[in-house]
Amino acid sequence: MSEQVIDQVEGHTGGSAAEPASPVKVQRDGGIGWGLRTAVALTALLLIAPTVVVIPMSFSGASTFEFPPKSWSLRWYKSFFGSEKWMYALLTSVQIGLLVAVTATVLGVAVALGLTRSRFRGRGAVRQLMMAPMIMPGIVVAIAIYGVFIRWQLNGTAIGFVLAHTVLALPFVVTAVSTSLAGYDRTQDIAAATLGATAWTTFFRITVPQVAPGVLSGFAFAFVTSLDEVVVALFLQTPDIQTLPVQMYNSITLEIDPTIAAASSVMVVATTLVLLIPQFVRRERRT
Amino acid sequence: MTTTITARSRGREAARPRGRAAWFVLPATALLLVFFFYPIATIVWRSFTEPAAGFGNYTGLLHDGLSVKVLVRTLVTALIVASVTLVIAYPYAYAMTRVKPRTRGVLTVIVLLPFWTSLMARNFAWYMLEQRGGPIDRFLGLIGFDGVVLLGTVAGVTVAMVQVMLPFMVLPLYSAMEQIDRRLLDAAGSLGAPRWRAFARVHIPLSVPGMLSGFSLVFIMTLGFYITPALLGSPQNSLISQVIGERVSKLLDFGGAGALGTVLLGVTLLVLFIVSRFGGPAKALGGAVTHE
Repeated sequence: MSEQVIDQVEGHTGGSAAEPASPVKVQRDGGIGWGLRTAVALTALLLIAPTVVVIPMSFSGASTFEFPPKSWSLRWYKSFFGSEKWMYALLTSVQIGLLVAVTATVLGVAVALGLTRSRFRGRGAVRQLMMAPMIMPGIVVAIAIYGVFIRWQLNGTAIGFVLAHTVLALPFVVTAVSTSLAGYDRTQDIAAATLGATAWTTFFRITVPQVAPGVLSGFAFAFVTSLDEVVVALFLQTPDIQTLPVQMYNSITLEIDPTIAAASSVMVVATTLVLLIPQFVRRERRT
Repeated sequence: MTTTITARSRGREAARPRGRAAWFVLPATALLLVFFFYPIATIVWRSFTEPAAGFGNYTGLLHDGLSVKVLVRTLVTALIVASVTLVIAYPYAYAMTRVKPRTRGVLTVIVLLPFWTSLMARNFAWYMLEQRGGPIDRFLGLIGFDGVVLLGTVAGVTVAMVQVMLPFMVLPLYSAMEQIDRRLLDAAGSLGAPRWRAFARVHIPLSVPGMLSGFSLVFIMTLGFYITPALLGSPQNSLISQVIGERVSKLLDFGGAGALGTVLLGVTLLVLFIVSRFGGPAKALGGAVTHE
């Protein structure tokens, strides 16, 4: 199996890497051949395409899913921001997302601290446990949670959404915070202690400021995970409570309502901003 | 302080902070056990007990004439998606290791763009691109392939899944390739190997761990895709998650859906087990998060 894959890869890149067989060896670091450049450009196009499609689509004047749009208007934004249904879904998503981000961050930071700062039996198992929600097939998780939540009467409740999404968001927080803790030099704590700082002072004055960017990016990840999650939300939804992605899903499958284009653009811009915030914080600290 | 401490109390002194931090993992672990592992165990349990105790749901899968077909289709699709993703991602990741830091920054942002684009927005975008009369349809018409509509076909689902999965392949590949010592390639060259042979015999073998973790990660995640096949595929070409979802949402057949889910879970765990001997996708996932 893997040999076959290797062959394919060889066929694909081998040619492009070998292509500019010019007498001068320019292929040191910093230079790549034209074949490779083309491959990279095409891949980049594929990666970007959906994002690039969604935004112009939201300014379409047509009343169908027509791309590229023939006329332009703001009607779908009006329809999005003017609709009680869409605004309610957006509000629900943001509220659930914030609750999830807070819960997952608190729990995730605790886990990351526990895992990096102590050695106990079963540490490896706990680590694996934390990563499981990332790897288990989404649909199995969704029907499993749905099955139990019906019995516990948690489906269609905000608390049900928050619990389910927190579980899914935990791995991201644990990973982000663990990474920033791993790069943290604990001799600083000892230095602070020898200078007379208490454990609490050390924690809040030395540890927290350095780990904060990791925590912040964990928070952002958790928020976006919840904001973007559809599969579990599809099963937990009731007519009374729907998240934005579920409303988007319904608007494609049931309604064929182009308002989804505006909703998509809003989501793209919002998630990008949320995920960029920790980057800016980090940059400011550096300079 | 240090000299007067007895051996016993020193031991306690050292153990206390460790013990304290260990308790921190408890709340999250409890949450996962109650709201994640217990539900999954319940689903597996129900597959053996509903509607009647025994292997009825499983023998049913073998004989209903559809489930096996759907499972095979899903596995083949996942293999194709993982292979295509690997072939597309490899040159990209390789280029990332060869360009100037500024260009690498741009390439990284482009890889991460799908992460930042809401999944529903991306599926909607593919829906528009692939529909009848959409850009892909018209482009194919221009170059002489009339009436190829991707929407509602496995091919259409595959294209979208490849795009969604690309970052999960590029990032582990890149982190594996980054660690390859370029001097080894130079050494191969100085020993007379042409560039392509040095690449094939030195670079590719050294990047196998990255390929393996990327491939397994994409394979596993593709198996569990629900939204993309539900929106872009069709009931005639359904994948396993659609069948599972439908059985629960339309029929409330937790037993049958549970059996299919257990099979899916089994395949996932099997792949994870095999790969865990070579490094593991958890590492790759970690890479995906920390590269942000």
